[in-house]
Amino acid sequence: MLNQSRRDFLKTSTLITSATLGLNSKSKAASKYVLSEDRMGVLVDTTVCIGCRKCEWACKVAHNLPTEPIDTYDDRSVFKEKRRPNDKALTVVNEYPNDFTDKFPIDVKVQCMHCDKPACLSACIVGAFSKHENGAVFWDSTKCIGCRYCMVACPFQIPAFEFEKALKPDIKKCDFCYKDRTFKGKLPACVEICPVEAITYGRREDLIKAAREKIKMYPNRYVNRIFGEYEVGGTSWLYLASKDFEKLDFPKLGKDPAPGVSEAIQHGIFAYFVPPVALYALLGGIMWINKNKKSKEQEQDK
Amino acid sequence: MENMKPKMMQKNFFTPTVIGLTILAINGLIFLLIRFVWGIGAVTNLDNQHPWGIWIGIDVAAGVALAAGGFTTAALGHIMHKDQYHSIIRPALLTAMLGYTFVALSVMIDLGRYYYIWHPLIMWNGSSVLFEVGMCVMIYVMVLYIEFLPIVTERFIGRVNLPGFLKKLNKPVDKFLRVLDRGLEKTMFVFIIAGVVLSCLHQSSLGTLMVIAGPKMHPLWQTPVLPLLFLLSAISVGFPMVIMESVITSKSFGLKPETNILADLSNIIAPLLGVYLAFKIGDMVIRQTFTYLTEINTSSVMFTLELLIGIIIPLRLFLSNEIKKSPTGMAIASFLVVLGVLMNRINNFLVAYNPPYAQHSYFPSIGEISVTIGFVALEILLFRFFVINFPIVSVPVYSTPQTKFAIRGGSK
Repeated sequence: MLNQSRRDFLKTSTLITSATLGLNSKSKAASKYVLSEDRMGVLVDTTVCIGCRKCEWACKVAHNLPTEPIDTYDDRSVFKEKRRPNDKALTVVNEYPNDFTDKFPIDVKVQCMHCDKPACLSACIVGAFSKHENGAVFWDSTKCIGCRYCMVACPFQIPAFEFEKALKPDIKKCDFCYKDRTFKGKLPACVEICPVEAITYGRREDLIKAAREKIKMYPNRYVNRIFGEYEVGGTSWLYLASKDFEKLDFPKLGKDPAPGVSEAIQHGIFAYFVPPVALYALLGGIMWINKNKKSKEQEQDK
Repeated sequence: MENMKPKMMQKNFFTPTVIGLTILAINGLIFLLIRFVWGIGAVTNLDNQHPWGIWIGIDVAAGVALAAGGFTTAALGHIMHKDQYHSIIRPALLTAMLGYTFVALSVMIDLGRYYYIWHPLIMWNGSSVLFEVGMCVMIYVMVLYIEFLPIVTERFIGRVNLPGFLKKLNKPVDKFLRVLDRGLEKTMFVFIIAGVVLSCLHQSSLGTLMVIAGPKMHPLWQTPVLPLLFLLSAISVGFPMVIMESVITSKSFGLKPETNILADLSNIIAPLLGVYLAFKIGDMVIRQTFTYLTEINTSSVMFTLELLIGIIIPLRLFLSNEIKKSPTGMAIASFLVVLGVLMNRINNFLVAYNPPYAQHSYFPSIGEISVTIGFVALEILLFRFFVINFPIVSVPVYSTPQTKFAIRGGSK
């Protein structure tokens, strides 16, 4: 099978090498986003939230999802079990007991955190996720192939998938009301409807300053931590609470961006295609040496 | 010295086992039909907490690893030029070709929007590990088909016999095949090296895939050296897969097992397993994750089983000389290695994955299991079909004629 001449070998290898080198100069263009200093965010004060769930209703209406009439959301029996956002509800509110008084339980709104360094964006095979200038992490339906790797990657386990659909199943998650509202300078639907101003929309930096101020002014009311300030490299949604965040079902996460290690490995293996090309050359060399050895042995046998 | 030459197997396709496999395959295809009509949710136990099931964990991840025999034998036979192994290259190549074809099919059935499977070709994301795996696997499948082409040309050159009015084309097709064969012979080394490079890349990147899951993955498996562990385990499972497949083929077609070649191959397995074990244990010691083995739960039990059954016991077996005298012994030891890597991939992708808000744990549905078993059955049936219809399996040849192709019009 392999009795081509030495010249053939050299000719073809040179061709391949130059082709590969030509290729990789083009392939560097990975979609990179710039984090704007003026990116927006939402501060959730869980000590203010009354668990009226109007935000759940507003979100469904804003995203054309089927919903019951608004007064059915007064039913507090849903708090008996912990719910998660899914393909039918992009945000949900859960209730937790307050250690000091039964009168005021702690209500926590859950939705996509809109990470500053999103794992879904790094993981997506076709680059269907994008981080916009205003902070929104947006999913593009025209690209998605439905592999669900974003769901594996997300540290908050947020993206939901329409498992029941045979054709064009979507990934569903909070989109920061990007297209219809925040992109045009309007408030997100949930922020707009909130009757007690438990959720505030604003520049992320300003929100952090405001949150710090609140903690300073009411040190007994809050634990001294803004969830989302540093977690997995920072998120657009920020939380204040009166109780340990882990007890409110927030995941325990480090400060390093979620995609950090995996991207480092990936770029290490593919550093400008040098390692693969080097391996190719090495194997080619070994093959050539062994081939020559064999043919010399055969000549001696003759 | 007797010469080994690949020949088509002279046997009937249908046996009772084949009929059993056909039933399993059809059963799988029925569930597949349901998946395509009513969606993934109708057949699988997947939910928002468990986005990936056995179609990814077994069919794709384990499938890629168990098809590693293709590149390890190519490296040994062609790149290291160990000619004595040439008789096992073709069966290993066929196993890899079928294996990867079914990996691609499994990816496709698991994709929510399978009809967009071509998107990664034009929509690139350089930071995505999955993108790299996808591209490598796609190119490698092509390389495998090209590596298989010489077997097709060898089968048909001088034997092109088209039915009816197509008869006129017999000569041009024959000529085309001869040109193709000559072209392939000159350039094949390019594809062989490319196949090994591509394999090393995606076998390791398959391990990087789960690194991004971070704390969602049990610390016994979550480690930055996952890609290295995946590569080492793939390399060490390649030859056991070849041995198992060779012994079973010999049994099935009533041939004498190639005990000597297989014993030589077995000698390479022990060091490969040893290196894999060293890295696995080393990683555990450095990250001090052995503390998790003191508590008894699914994770610690599965990790211990994987290590014991999949690496330590077969390592001991392959070090014994008694084993290497018996094809059955080698097949059993090889089976343990295969089982170990299968368990490792299931562990990495399913057992270790503990999503933070899961209400219950994932167990595959009857539909998922049926499709997985059906695909394996189909692969075995196709393997048998190819072995009967193409010169894959080498048999001893005692006559001397050294012509490469049959003479057209001559006796068969």
